[in-house]
Amino acid sequence: MLQAVTKPSVQNLYKKQDPLKTILNIEDLGKTYQSAGRTLTVLDHINFSIAEGSTNAIVGPSGSGKTTLLGLCAGLDKPGSGKVELANINLGSLSEDQRAQVRNQYVGFIFQNFQLLPTLTALENVMVPLELRGEKNIKARSMELLDKVGLADRWHHYPAQLSGGEQQRVSLARAFSNSPAILFADEPTGNLDTETAEKVVKLIFDLNKEAGTTLVVVTHDLELAAKTQRIIRIKGGKLIADEKTEDK
Amino acid sequence: MDKRKINIPWLFEMAWRDSRRNRSRLMLFISAIIFGIAALVAIYSFRYNLENDINSQAASLIGADLAVSSAKPADASIKPLLDSLGDKRSEERTFVSMIYFPKSKGTRLVQVHALQGGFPYYGGFETVPVAAGTAFKTGKEALVDKVLMLQYNVNVGDSIKVGEITFLIAGTLNKAPGQAGISSNIAPTVYIPMQYLGQTGLSKKGSRITYSYYYKYDHPVDMKKLVKNIDPRLDKADMNYETIELRKENTGRSFGDLTHFLSLVGFIALLLGCVGVASAIHIYIREKIASIAIMRCLGVKGFEAFLIYLIQIVSIGIIGSVVGAFAGTFVQHILPVIMKDFLPFDITTTISWLAIGQGILLGVIISILFALLPLISIRNISPLNTLRISYEEINLVRDPLRWLVYGLILLFVTTFTYFQLDSWVASIFFTIGIGIAFLILVFVAWLLMKVMRLVIQNSWSYLLRQGFANLYRPNNQTIILIVSIGLSTAFICTLFFIQAMLMKQVSLSSGANQANMILFDIQNNQKKAVADLTRQQKLPVIQQVPIVTIRLDKINGKTAEDVKKDPKSQISKHAFSYEYRVTYRDTLTPSEKIVSGQWIGKADANKEIPVSIEQFFSKRNHVNVGDHLVFNVQGLSMPAVVASVRQVNWNKVQTNFQIVFPTGVLEEAPQFDVELTHVPSVKASAKFQQAVVRAFPNVSVIDIGQVISIIDDLLNKIGYIIRFMSAFSIITGVVVLIASVRISKYQRIQESVLLRTLGASRKQIFAITALEYLFLGALSALTGILIAVTGSWLLAKYSFEIPFAINIWPVLALFFIIALLTLVIGLLNSSGVLNKPPLEILRTT
Repeated sequence: MLQAVTKPSVQNLYKKQDPLKTILNIEDLGKTYQSAGRTLTVLDHINFSIAEGSTNAIVGPSGSGKTTLLGLCAGLDKPGSGKVELANINLGSLSEDQRAQVRNQYVGFIFQNFQLLPTLTALENVMVPLELRGEKNIKARSMELLDKVGLADRWHHYPAQLSGGEQQRVSLARAFSNSPAILFADEPTGNLDTETAEKVVKLIFDLNKEAGTTLVVVTHDLELAAKTQRIIRIKGGKLIADEKTEDK
Repeated sequence: MDKRKINIPWLFEMAWRDSRRNRSRLMLFISAIIFGIAALVAIYSFRYNLENDINSQAASLIGADLAVSSAKPADASIKPLLDSLGDKRSEERTFVSMIYFPKSKGTRLVQVHALQGGFPYYGGFETVPVAAGTAFKTGKEALVDKVLMLQYNVNVGDSIKVGEITFLIAGTLNKAPGQAGISSNIAPTVYIPMQYLGQTGLSKKGSRITYSYYYKYDHPVDMKKLVKNIDPRLDKADMNYETIELRKENTGRSFGDLTHFLSLVGFIALLLGCVGVASAIHIYIREKIASIAIMRCLGVKGFEAFLIYLIQIVSIGIIGSVVGAFAGTFVQHILPVIMKDFLPFDITTTISWLAIGQGILLGVIISILFALLPLISIRNISPLNTLRISYEEINLVRDPLRWLVYGLILLFVTTFTYFQLDSWVASIFFTIGIGIAFLILVFVAWLLMKVMRLVIQNSWSYLLRQGFANLYRPNNQTIILIVSIGLSTAFICTLFFIQAMLMKQVSLSSGANQANMILFDIQNNQKKAVADLTRQQKLPVIQQVPIVTIRLDKINGKTAEDVKKDPKSQISKHAFSYEYRVTYRDTLTPSEKIVSGQWIGKADANKEIPVSIEQFFSKRNHVNVGDHLVFNVQGLSMPAVVASVRQVNWNKVQTNFQIVFPTGVLEEAPQFDVELTHVPSVKASAKFQQAVVRAFPNVSVIDIGQVISIIDDLLNKIGYIIRFMSAFSIITGVVVLIASVRISKYQRIQESVLLRTLGASRKQIFAITALEYLFLGALSALTGILIAVTGSWLLAKYSFEIPFAINIWPVLALFFIIALLTLVIGLLNSSGVLNKPPLEILRTT
């Protein structure tokens, strides 16, 4: 059942920024899959919590379980065991549709392969999360975001007509469009060249700072991870280190 | 957290947005629906129009909506009823009389028809000159059978004397409606106006006259209901009646075969529509999974995603169906114009709103039903697909909604089939048959994937391995293509096989194989000489049979008197008043089939005589196998038992009998022989008749060419309709098949581009694609043909009840054509990849 929480407006949520308040709480999280008749343990007894407004990186080698961890934290799947609490909502007790609503209200996403809807223009891709919330005057706000990522003049272009870097910038504008409480980024620079990657990373951190959003980046790029306030290291599905970087 | 309400306008907007990009791809899917529905509507329209055509031609068999006849004049008790029937009425008196040809001074026994009123209401007298057919009724004029005219060397403008009156010959009669019934008292026909009948002096009391009343209704009337109401009163007045439907039933099985065949065509059109629409929708939704996963990630609920695509599918379904319905109607209108020179008859091309309505409704229902299968899995598409393909396959087998959709599809197919076949049992069997065909094809596809996985060897060349591995690798199209090509092939081949078998039946009953001349009263010692004379004239002896005239005295111990006294008796009192002309033989003819009991060809001296009765005789008199009959053979009482009931194909003009005796009983009874032959022309007929009359004056020759030409025309038309409809349906089936293969265009494009990027040559991509499509095409065609052979055998045996026979060469040709067609379409699908730079394709897909 959905826990009884009052729906905070996005603006209120940001005003309430309290470095000590927890936005994401992971307790004893585990996940296994059945593959070719064998049980595959992807995550094993993971525990950590993330404070509102903080920037965090989850790092680890390929196959360590970091993408699965991000998926569970963002409510893209149900935990096998343990608990995931996002904005005080226990995601494990929600149906897929209820989790979809949580994602729409509290979560922003940036994916390695951009994941823009190919049939929508750049502007429409940015507008979708706001439209889902039934908000008004969204076109102007979406155009503003596109302007911030430097793509105001490309608003009518479809994803296939944009370069990889441009697609990722549209994806960024979309991620911030619903003023999320927490932004999950899965290898956001993985598909970009160094120069473009640097520009995108700068944009992520600038927009994040401006909106005061909590940021969780999954990456194996240690340079990118070092830009965050905290690095959580996992290996073989286990949390092996949780360290603060120098004050950002 | 508040529960978010579903924002319907936004769902519509998303559905619209999602459809905008890549309209050409969307058009490909819509075109598959258009082809499916156009095929269905065109076939239905043709079917309805042809059915109407054939029904109006069938109406010319009787010439009116209702014909009532009696051997005595209508008395006061029945007159008011006769006067109340129909909007238009005609009367006719028919009798056999000698007529005199003043010019050649010859006399001849003819059947005189004295006619009054507008009859015939359907069809018309075919006369030379044309106007004579209607003009003769107004003057002292007659229409005379063309053979008589030739035989007696008379022309239009000469005269004939009927009784006391001389009539001017107004025209030569080639064909007259309402005469298709063949009986042994047929004589050449002469028509005269009824107002002169009294003056001829031939209609005095005691004359054997048949009184006929013809009725035409100007508005649609439920004839079945009408005759059910009037039947008891007419029966009481000793009157018979006939309607178009009754005549069709009695004319033979060709009408039944045609109706059956058109039902089969309708059913196959429906399934072709299903294949066209379902395969398009299936692939369309499959392509949308990535977008759905992204939407889910952004917070779109499963049901909202479901609705977005449902809106799209319904819209696509409506657009495709409406365009398809009108395209089908256009084809139905344009095709007869294009094919005018090749069609031996005119096809009516009225717009069939029923067919259009059915097409649109069916298109939308099929779109929704077949979209529901992939759509319900949208609910289970994990947003994790945005990060990576889920580890776990969703177990859809346990999804109750999926089974509900399967149930709905089965219910839809069964219900719609019912509207085509008008029988629940047949509909259920047909649906089960299609279900089994579907499962066989899925199993073959599954088996192919399993086998390929096992047999592919590392030692094979890369092209072979890649081509064959495409059959089972993820994102393969094996199941969808094998099912759609296999089903289309099965439908096409079934139609082809059945039409070939039916055509054989129709041609057996028409043309040169059909007797059109009967020689009566051949004495036993003349039998051989008459046959020799026939052969001398280069005419075939189609049949020679002995005929014995008998009466029926008792049925199960009851005489005519007993039946008359017993109001509950179901035996028709007419059964005792007829003189039956029966034959005896030890085998059945090809046009006979035992429907109950056992055929006994030889009588056993110690047992009751086992006779075989015809099924209409059985029904009319409520006589069945095991019942006892007592016959009167020229004064000799002869007890018999009904050993079998036969179905007789009355289509074929030959000596068919209501009662057939075994050999060893009637050989010594007074009898005569009948010979049947076919004369190719009117001239040959006249020449042969003259020769017979000269050599055997006692033998009567009756040319029934005029009578059977109406039936022959009808059978020819039925034959053309069967061929035309099957050819048209087969062509549309091929178009649907092409569309089904065409929609797989985007399945392999990404990896073909990747291979091109990695340096694969055009030739290599060509070879890999060719291998995959050739294998899929050949296997599907083979499976489809095997299914069609089994299906056709079942249809031939249980539905059409015709002998099963297929020709191997067309089967082989069909196999190669379908395999090759699949290969060509597959290669055309890849032509973009082969001819354009990879980057351009990646940008546009």
